[in-house]
Amino acid sequence: MAAADTTFRGDPSTRSGPAPAWVVVVKWAAIALVVAFGTLVSWRLVEDGKALFVVIIAFVVMAVVAVYSTRRAVPLKYLLPGMLLLVAFQVWPIAYTAATAFTNYGDGHLLSKEDATASIIANSVQEVPGSPRYRLSIAVPQGQDPAKGDLTFLLTDPSGKYFEGTPKGLEDLPTDGVEATTTGKITKAPGFTILDAKQVNKRGKELGEFAVPKDNGGIKAVGLSEAFEGRATVTYDKAADKLTDTSTGKTYVPKGAAWVPADGQGEAYPQGWKQNVGWDNFKTLVTNSTLRDGFVKIFVWNVAFALLSVISTFMLGMLLALLFNDDRLRGKGFYRSILILPYAIPGFVTALLWMSMFNQDYGLINNITGLDIDWLGNPWAAKAAILITNLWLGFPYMFLVCTGALQSIPGDVREAARIDGAGPVRTVRSITMPLLLVAVGPLLIASFAFNFNNFTLIFLMTKGGPFTDGDVSIGSTDLLITYAFRIAFSGVNPDYGLASAISIFIFIIVGLMSYVGFRRTKSLEEVN
Amino acid sequence: MSTGVQTTVPTVTPEARRRAPKQVRRAPGGGHMWWRYVLVAIVLVWALFPVMFLISAALNPAGTLSTSSLLPTEFSLSNLHILLNDASRPYTTWYRNSLIIGIVGALAQTFIGACAAYAFSRMRFTGRRPGLLALLLLQLFPAFLAFVALYITFAAIGDVVPTLGLNSVWGLLLVYMGGAMGANVWLLKGYFDTVPRELDEAAKVDGASHARIFFTMTLRLVMPILVTVFMLGFVGLYSEFILASIFLRDVDSQTLSVGLYSMTVGNERNRLFGQFATGALLASLPVVVLYLGAQRYLVGGLTQGSVK
Repeated sequence: MAAADTTFRGDPSTRSGPAPAWVVVVKWAAIALVVAFGTLVSWRLVEDGKALFVVIIAFVVMAVVAVYSTRRAVPLKYLLPGMLLLVAFQVWPIAYTAATAFTNYGDGHLLSKEDATASIIANSVQEVPGSPRYRLSIAVPQGQDPAKGDLTFLLTDPSGKYFEGTPKGLEDLPTDGVEATTTGKITKAPGFTILDAKQVNKRGKELGEFAVPKDNGGIKAVGLSEAFEGRATVTYDKAADKLTDTSTGKTYVPKGAAWVPADGQGEAYPQGWKQNVGWDNFKTLVTNSTLRDGFVKIFVWNVAFALLSVISTFMLGMLLALLFNDDRLRGKGFYRSILILPYAIPGFVTALLWMSMFNQDYGLINNITGLDIDWLGNPWAAKAAILITNLWLGFPYMFLVCTGALQSIPGDVREAARIDGAGPVRTVRSITMPLLLVAVGPLLIASFAFNFNNFTLIFLMTKGGPFTDGDVSIGSTDLLITYAFRIAFSGVNPDYGLASAISIFIFIIVGLMSYVGFRRTKSLEEVN
Repeated sequence: MSTGVQTTVPTVTPEARRRAPKQVRRAPGGGHMWWRYVLVAIVLVWALFPVMFLISAALNPAGTLSTSSLLPTEFSLSNLHILLNDASRPYTTWYRNSLIIGIVGALAQTFIGACAAYAFSRMRFTGRRPGLLALLLLQLFPAFLAFVALYITFAAIGDVVPTLGLNSVWGLLLVYMGGAMGANVWLLKGYFDTVPRELDEAAKVDGASHARIFFTMTLRLVMPILVTVFMLGFVGLYSEFILASIFLRDVDSQTLSVGLYSMTVGNERNRLFGQFATGALLASLPVVVLYLGAQRYLVGGLTQGSVK
């Protein structure tokens, strides 16, 4: 092997003749493409003022050029693309999740402290008589949903200059492709979708709090097509780290990542900021009594669900494998193809199909059995429904792997058992089963780990529900992963920090399980 | 369950050996198999009735859940017609998106995995062992668990390069590629190791470069495992739901899993059931054909630890 290595690493001059011309062309074209794309992205990043990322892009492009333009580092030529993708989309998200778990990132805590403060100041803007008025169009960036996208002011000042205003500040809007009415109101701008009056009205509440910071004040909308620039009534004293509202004379101090009144009277400003909260998210899970009870309940069901799924599918799959593993049975190939069918149907189709079949009023299950069970509305029935569905979905897999394992068990082992006087039941229990478990043991652990995070099945069938006793946060069939998902995306107040903390918790459990799995697999193999 | 039955079998042929464990259930004096066929029939009914229901609902001209029955009563393609012409639910676009993700994603995944496996199998370099172990470790942490971070990251990427951000099939593909190298590298490397190194040596003596050996020789020799990995990748990516549902919010950028899901929620789910059933049947087709047509390749891959 050493010889092979030295050849690969060896002096390039000893290697064979040049590669065909088209290969060289394709290779350099690909390198040039990467450089061009990197430059383009860097350009846009510079425009957005994200210098750090420009440095990262530069490093990536340099690495690509260094690896592929020289004859060195042969292994890296094969590993680099995969490694870059791995770091960017698997390692980084995990690291970022871990970091987020220690912050309060979420609704009301999305901005940095500076941005939150600037937004409060801009919101307090009151019109100064005689100040300029802008013509206003309200838009969202192209491709975003008019009902939810980031609001943007497209402004025309009295001299006819175009601006783009966001909560981050005011920027010039390139005039290319911009169309405006004779009064100056912008009707079309590249990169934006301008909202019509109806869409604007739907977002009236947000607009009331929307302001574009500028100098010591900001720009706010009056009506649908005009905006004024005014002076802020709130001022920020950086040295004392205090906000003062000059109209009421109240002062505000930072507390719990938000500005709260210094005298404790009245309400805090809704714009908080993102900050590190240490172990708070984890502590909340353990100490907050509602969360803790729910968390324990979810955890217990999560383990039970994964365990019962593996056991039920394995038992059925194994029994069928024993039943079918008989030469006298005819048409096995045909039966096997049909038995694979439930497994071959995509998981999301299965979940949605069974969800419909379990419908209380029109569902097939109640129709056939004559029952009137509210399958997905009753906590215990929903759990049963999910386990039945997972049994249907999962037994063919176990059937396949058990059949494979059974066929690989040598016949003389059983013969030896019989000569020693073991009956068939004893043979199955003491010979076949242990050998089968050695073969499929690792797969059972993998199946457990998979079902532990079986988001698709639970979410598509019940979304974690039913929710009982008026509790809308913790459902009866919630897994940790569906719970974290709801905290992050479905609630009215998304809390990314808490959701990340739960993800970290799942990471730890999965890691522990796999560790135990590896150890166990090793000891199982020693049986052979 | 007495052992008496056993003792009446004096010689054990290989044939009988294989049957042996079940002989106790056999009625004395003959190979009555009827109860076995009864069991097989029950199992087949259990495996097939939901599929039957889906087909019957797809053919049901009334097209609602409440009028669907287990066995088809009528044969009508009206659901298919509605499905293909529903402007608010662009089924063909979903289908296209799913196929793009499944095929492009699985091809890229297989290629990246094969490249990595070639390096790990054929070359010796610093960090080889730690690299392999790190890949194994990272596999334990599926990317979707980090969905919050992925969402925030891709919202930011979309600000700079909209084509690769949220709401884009290509952005989603990029996420899936994060696991490409680790997903099957052990499976692939194991197979690469079975290709004799002498072949590489011979090619090298003949003056072939490492790239030429890889592209024109090794890749051909390991084709069976590439097919397996491609199919496992296709099935996984084609029906992925969680990340797709987070990323793809616009109806035109959605995949089959997200789109069909949207047909089963809300007040219209009863009315849309026929449409949904037709869509679900058609959506299952590529995967079912793959599974049944290429059982040989897939079963091999399954026993290597892929789970659905």
